[in-house]
Amino acid sequence: MVSFEPSEEQAMVKETIAGFANAEMEPVMRDCDEAGEVSDDLVKTGWELEIISSSVPEKYGGFGEGPSALTGAIAYEELAYGDLSTAMHIVSPTMMAYTVLLAGTDEQKERLLPAFCGEEFKAAGAALVEPRYSFCASQLFASAKREGEEFVLSGEKCLVPLAADSDEILVFASGEPGAGFAGVDAFVVPKGSLDLIISEREKNMGLKALATYEVTLKGVKVPLANKIGADEGVDYLNLLSRSRLALAALAVGMMKRAAEHSRDYAKERVAFGEPIGSRQAIAFMVAKMFLEVDATRMLVWEAAWKCDRGEEFANDAAMAKNYAACQAMEVCDGAVQVMGGHGYVRDNPPELWFRNARAFSTLEGIAMV
Amino acid sequence: MMIDFELSKKTKGAQTMIRAFSEQALRPIAREYDENEHERPMDIINMVHGFMKGGMGGGAGGERKKKGEKSEANLRTAVTIEEIFWGDAGIALAFGGEGLGGAAVRATGTPEQKEQFLTRFTGDTPVWGAMAITEPEAGSDTASLRTTAVKDGNEWVLNGEKIFVTSGKSALEDSDGFVVVWATIDPKAGRAGIKPFIVEHGAPGMEITKIEDKMGIRCSDTVSLSFMDCRIPEENILGSAEVADKGKSKGFKGVMATFDATRPMVAAMAIGVGRAALEYLKKTLADEGVVIRYGISPNRMTAIERDVTEMEANLKAARLLNWRAVWMLDTGQKNSLEASMAKAKAGLVVTQITQKCVELLGPIGYSREILLEKWMRDAKINDIFEGTGQIQMLITARNVLSFGRDKLK
Repeated sequence: MVSFEPSEEQAMVKETIAGFANAEMEPVMRDCDEAGEVSDDLVKTGWELEIISSSVPEKYGGFGEGPSALTGAIAYEELAYGDLSTAMHIVSPTMMAYTVLLAGTDEQKERLLPAFCGEEFKAAGAALVEPRYSFCASQLFASAKREGEEFVLSGEKCLVPLAADSDEILVFASGEPGAGFAGVDAFVVPKGSLDLIISEREKNMGLKALATYEVTLKGVKVPLANKIGADEGVDYLNLLSRSRLALAALAVGMMKRAAEHSRDYAKERVAFGEPIGSRQAIAFMVAKMFLEVDATRMLVWEAAWKCDRGEEFANDAAMAKNYAACQAMEVCDGAVQVMGGHGYVRDNPPELWFRNARAFSTLEGIAMV
Repeated sequence: MMIDFELSKKTKGAQTMIRAFSEQALRPIAREYDENEHERPMDIINMVHGFMKGGMGGGAGGERKKKGEKSEANLRTAVTIEEIFWGDAGIALAFGGEGLGGAAVRATGTPEQKEQFLTRFTGDTPVWGAMAITEPEAGSDTASLRTTAVKDGNEWVLNGEKIFVTSGKSALEDSDGFVVVWATIDPKAGRAGIKPFIVEHGAPGMEITKIEDKMGIRCSDTVSLSFMDCRIPEENILGSAEVADKGKSKGFKGVMATFDATRPMVAAMAIGVGRAALEYLKKTLADEGVVIRYGISPNRMTAIERDVTEMEANLKAARLLNWRAVWMLDTGQKNSLEASMAKAKAGLVVTQITQKCVELLGPIGYSREILLEKWMRDAKINDIFEGTGQIQMLITARNVLSFGRDKLK
């Protein structure tokens, strides 16, 4: 029966994370952005929310039953309501953890998952996006070729979060470069090979506190055991779709913050003798923001619900992500516009949200639900 | 509870049945009843009445549940409406049933009045209910209504003019129906003085003065009514005859209560028409060998892929927003914000979708040989009746900003 009411557990997750986001993340959002660094304390506290270990089964070190896309979407929305860069930093390890959990062999789960369930933040990220103007997640050109008992990985990647701090990077590469979704697999690539080159930090328009890197693979050799799912490989489209839902959920959280900020400002700021929100030109902008935050959330929830039921959800996830990317930009642009010049200066948050929002149409594989 | 998008078995059953009916009975005659305006397929209307007794509008928002109670009655209505309007909007609007008039009785009437006025809709022949709010000089600005009701002995005497009354002719000329007329009993009291009155077919002093010719939904009649010393029994006022204190304005709240319940149903109508157009476009493209690649990045999409996926997302977003508004109605939660959001979104995107579908199919889209151009004309009404898209945004904005009408005009 149709219902829009989260379960008790989801309501609890939402409340807990909202509390953290409000009390701790949001107040330092600007400082993190200016410094270009997340706060280690925040990451530590964020890790204590046990987002990953609550999804990993006991035998691999956690206390969950696999990730729920819907619960994940609810959690990520709240995290991004605090600050997008920090949220992405905290959930970046989900790309590797959930890929192993969803597609890995027993041996891989036993070997790799416990580290994601420990007390210390386990830095990890995925190398998916490639530095081409025509990049599309359906056509990866990074290649994986089997040579005897090893795979040889070659290609260029960018927007790889936390690469410098990670012991391993999850690399998505194709057996048949450019062939589409089917040929793509995921490989755990340990740091230390001379053929694996990690650049200086990338300089992006927004998400300044999130450390991302270019990663070049010059024929990096990894053992067969490092291909997730062994011969079966991974269902790349499924993983990609889960990561799209994660991004869309994060977008909803940031949009919601921007919409609320605009609402509050429109009620307080007086011009021509009355609050600017008393004018339809402004009031309708704010109303549209709230409407689209809700609309985007609905699309995310429905796709996540399908995912959790094991139904086809790739098209729904893609649509939700693209919709979220468009609306995040519109809403955050609106948040700047409502404040006028005050929205353009770095004293106020809208310009930060505006820069962050542009990332969603570009990003893939930053986190997973 | 938990988040769930699965319709109940009963609702799915209704959905499947109505879809088949729409496809087999409505689509084949849709063009005929567009070209021959003011004519109606009485055999179909009688048949529908036979199995729906009370019409698809029946229970549109009527069944408000107590908080916590589980019901899907309103959602089932919304789902059913989407399917019927997918078949044909004009004919669907011409179906018998209590319509907006009945919804007003349910929202504002006493139990006795509901009994007295609603039973007729479940009889053997179709009966229509209509609602008259709009006047030549006042549409959404209900406070400016000029139609008056004056107590005279044990009767109310109505004077004024109403326009854009959906199914007015069906209710008053073609069946033993009624129209709920909103009139002021105290012009100085503003909204507080505005009350709903049941005016029965054949009431002396009421006359149909015009039947509109329209761009779309041509099978449905839209009339103007004039009231010249129209006398109705005193018990035909719905709810209380007292003028509430200023600020409480119970009369107007009655209008609003009606709209909170019916707006999602109008959104469902829009979504049905929009879905018809989008499905037609997708099928035509598929037949022509045009593949829509869903999972690719936006920067690699063709213009058609971008348009189609965007329209699909918009239509789905509208439907889900609407389901939420209706779910709130089913679970007894106040939903005026959500209902307005849903209607604003649905009315707008469906107007855009139908126009875009016509555009994308070039000369085929513009031709009256197929129904697409008709759907574009039909769709537009959804962004107008029961409050234009702009009025929906105004209500949404007032809710979001917590501004009353004094602070946000």
